[in-house]
Amino acid sequence: MPEPTQAERPQTDRAMIEIRSVTRSYGAFKALDDATLTIREGEFFSLLGPSGCGKTTLLRMIAGFDNPTSGSISVGGQSMEGIPANRRPTNMVFQSYAIFPHLNVEQNVAYGLKRLKLGGTEETRRVEEALAQVSLTGLGKRLATELSGGQRQRVALARALVMRPKVLLLDEPLSALDKKLREQMQVELRRLQQAVGITFVLVTHDQYEALAMSDRIAVMFGGKIAQVASPKEIYQRPVNRQVADFLGGMNFVKAEIVEENAASLVVDTLGFGRVRTDKPKAFVRNGGGATLGIRPERLRVLWDNATAKFEVAGKVVERHYFGEITHLIVEIPGLEKPLSVTETNDFGADDIPVGTSIRLAYDPEALVAMAD
Amino acid sequence: MTAAAERSPAFGMTRARRNALLQSESVQGFALISPTFVYALILLVLPILVVLAHSFWTQHYLTIDHTFTLENYRIALTEPIYRDLLWRSLYISLTVSFFTVILAYPIAYFISFHGGRHKSLWLFLITIPFWTSYLLRVMSWKVILGYNGVLNSGLMGLGIIDEPSTALLYNSSAVIITLTHAWAAFAILPIFVSLEKVDRTLVEAATDLGDGPLHSFLRVTLPLSAPGVISAALIVMIPTVGDYVTPKLVGGKDGVMIANAIQAQFGKAANWPLGAALSVTTMLVVSLMAGATVLIIRAIQRLAR
Amino acid sequence: MTAMRRFFAGGWLTAYAFLYIVFLYLPVIFLPIFSINTAPTPKFPLTGYTLKWYEDLPKTPALLDAAWNSLIVGVSASVLATLLGILAARSITRYRYPGRRTINGLIMAPLVLPEIILAISMLLVMLQLGLSLSLFTVVLGHVLICIPYSMTVLTAGFEGFDRSLEEASADLGESAFGTFRRVTLPMVAPAIISSLLVCFTISLDEFVIAFFLTGTETTLPIYIWGQLRFAAKLPGVLALGTLLLVASFVLMTVAEILRRRAARRTQNEGGLYA
Repeated sequence: MPEPTQAERPQTDRAMIEIRSVTRSYGAFKALDDATLTIREGEFFSLLGPSGCGKTTLLRMIAGFDNPTSGSISVGGQSMEGIPANRRPTNMVFQSYAIFPHLNVEQNVAYGLKRLKLGGTEETRRVEEALAQVSLTGLGKRLATELSGGQRQRVALARALVMRPKVLLLDEPLSALDKKLREQMQVELRRLQQAVGITFVLVTHDQYEALAMSDRIAVMFGGKIAQVASPKEIYQRPVNRQVADFLGGMNFVKAEIVEENAASLVVDTLGFGRVRTDKPKAFVRNGGGATLGIRPERLRVLWDNATAKFEVAGKVVERHYFGEITHLIVEIPGLEKPLSVTETNDFGADDIPVGTSIRLAYDPEALVAMAD
Repeated sequence: MTAAAERSPAFGMTRARRNALLQSESVQGFALISPTFVYALILLVLPILVVLAHSFWTQHYLTIDHTFTLENYRIALTEPIYRDLLWRSLYISLTVSFFTVILAYPIAYFISFHGGRHKSLWLFLITIPFWTSYLLRVMSWKVILGYNGVLNSGLMGLGIIDEPSTALLYNSSAVIITLTHAWAAFAILPIFVSLEKVDRTLVEAATDLGDGPLHSFLRVTLPLSAPGVISAALIVMIPTVGDYVTPKLVGGKDGVMIANAIQAQFGKAANWPLGAALSVTTMLVVSLMAGATVLIIRAIQRLAR
Repeated sequence: MTAMRRFFAGGWLTAYAFLYIVFLYLPVIFLPIFSINTAPTPKFPLTGYTLKWYEDLPKTPALLDAAWNSLIVGVSASVLATLLGILAARSITRYRYPGRRTINGLIMAPLVLPEIILAISMLLVMLQLGLSLSLFTVVLGHVLICIPYSMTVLTAGFEGFDRSLEEASADLGESAFGTFRRVTLPMVAPAIISSLLVCFTISLDEFVIAFFLTGTETTLPIYIWGQLRFAAKLPGVLALGTLLLVASFVLMTVAEILRRRAARRTQNEGGLYA
């Protein structure tokens, strides 16, 4: 499967959506708490977080189905205050797809065009074009009830794209599909976005989806935006344990801060010794302690007599086989929690017996400091 | 930057607040239901209040005396004729609701648990007679139970009896049979709905834990369907207590019920306040009976565990 | 115990269910049977087949008047009740607000109140308000008792309705009214027609309220009630009753088919692999 090449389309730095101090409260409960965010023109942006984190609330406020309790939202430089959903330059792909069951595919796609009074030929041309974009050519006469899940999703996409919106909003569009179709659609969605050049805003709770498709990601927890960055930075340099955890497995090691300056930190750990790391932008010191994190795949098993500049020694206590990879749980003297290590199986990691003493190599670059 | 974004915050605030109010769920929802709500207020609540008011007044020929009095209630509760009618009405409605529920439960159980693919067809078959005219259904019982009716002529034709029996029609049994038939569908639906809600894995769990079919029914299904039984009993009991057509057509002298007396006060006897007091008394007493029924069913439910 | 097991396994239950159906239908079946019998009294054995009781019906002006009145009342009551039902059902299924359950309970209350109480209380108010009793007052009464049935049919039809369909319409640029016309209405049309048919049937068959609230005009049930006093008129009443039964049966069957179609339509939506 070809990896979608990210950011191949040159992006401008012009803002498409500006969200300024937006809060949405329901009584005492704040679904969204003082969120500020800029989404750029032509970028594929994801709002990532667990259910109830406020990502859907934010998306629905951009679409106009909900209004901020305070704060402002502008799209394409125009304030959205008081503008109802039907007059906003945004279109949405709904989680349930919301395909009109009493209309066929063509009529669904042409639904919004009817209002524009384009004339029959132009309308047909645009519907055909949109159906071709999502590879549904020839299915125009099908009823919504005769479509598969994947096809319904394509109809929803075509119906929104045919309106040529400034921003396409996608509310968990892939959650209803099975795993294989989902992975295929991730690639296709990314390609489509590159082709049409429209700003896409995707809401998802699936970190792989967000990592695979986005130019930038906002990770949200409890109504607050925790981090906004590129997929790589989010994955490799999470600002806190919550973000690190949500994006995938991470080993956390307790650390003592020895030295701190504007760009870097020096910490002492049991197991990894003294480590100098880049100081994350959002790092705010909280007492003398910090947490050091390393992803399981950044620890590599050292075979036989191989040596590395940075290594830790330990003993395998558990082994879990996952097909192409094996998870090893390795106890390190001095560490309160064993390290979790992901190793590909091409060198025989799946054959390491439990109880074996091994050494693990790591790159200090892979160690990321987080505030406690 | 557009002017809109730079508008003074005070102005933006009031505008947002007004929008929020107009768009608020509560206001829209209430506005939408208000025509129907007002209709129910004018033709249901107001009339009931007027009846209540009348029950404390007195009528002298054609004029209503608006002085407060409890005289109507004294008559309604102590005059033997009204007391007897009330008791009979309560007895009939209680008996009818008992029989409809007992007869309806197995049907509801059958449709819910063994209806399979034909569930909705069964439900449709059972509710269809209910949609035909109530008057006609009562009339058909009159045809069946009459002196020269279907049952008598049929039994005579079969040689079972020699002469027509007069015992079939014009008594409270005829009223009970007719009403039980008329309200059958009304009792089945709530029981069916509550049985549908019973999680089938609960029955399986009971079986898994060693209960036979009878015990799992008594200990799981029946208690869980009790709300349906309660609403079925109430939905039959309350309307039947005030039934007018059935006693009039098949009740005869022995089957007269309170509704016939109420009607008389608004017709020939022309004593609206007394009619109003009889109506209020009937509603109060049947409500008490309904409450007691709920308590009794709940108590049985608790004992069965 | 094995008998018990078989009982719950459905054998006895099936037999009971069929008996129950017979109990429900048998009394009603006698009306059509005796309406085509030559003898003027309904008793066995049957004496012969005739349609003369039916042929006499159109020759009775009072009956034709009553039928016309029933039609007027039925159409007016069903349209009004359905309109009010649409508003209420939409409000109940779409919005959350304080007092919603109480208001719903109040609107549904006529379903469980004795008709005589409803009839006399409305009668009192109408007389107090100085309304003269007529078909109009009958319509008012019928609307009140039809609304709960209309609500039941319509809420079922509206409930499965995926709200994102209307949002999708707004998102695609359609106004609130346009959304109602192009999405909501086509989706709920079967439920609305079903409600109209149910209300019409109820109004057509309703006796007690019409009896109390009408002035000099009669509806079909009131006409039948009047004829019941005369034994000689019974065959004609049986014939008329049979026609009413058939009308109710047909209307309700159509309503049921539409209701199911509506349910299927709304429930298909949102099906993941439909």
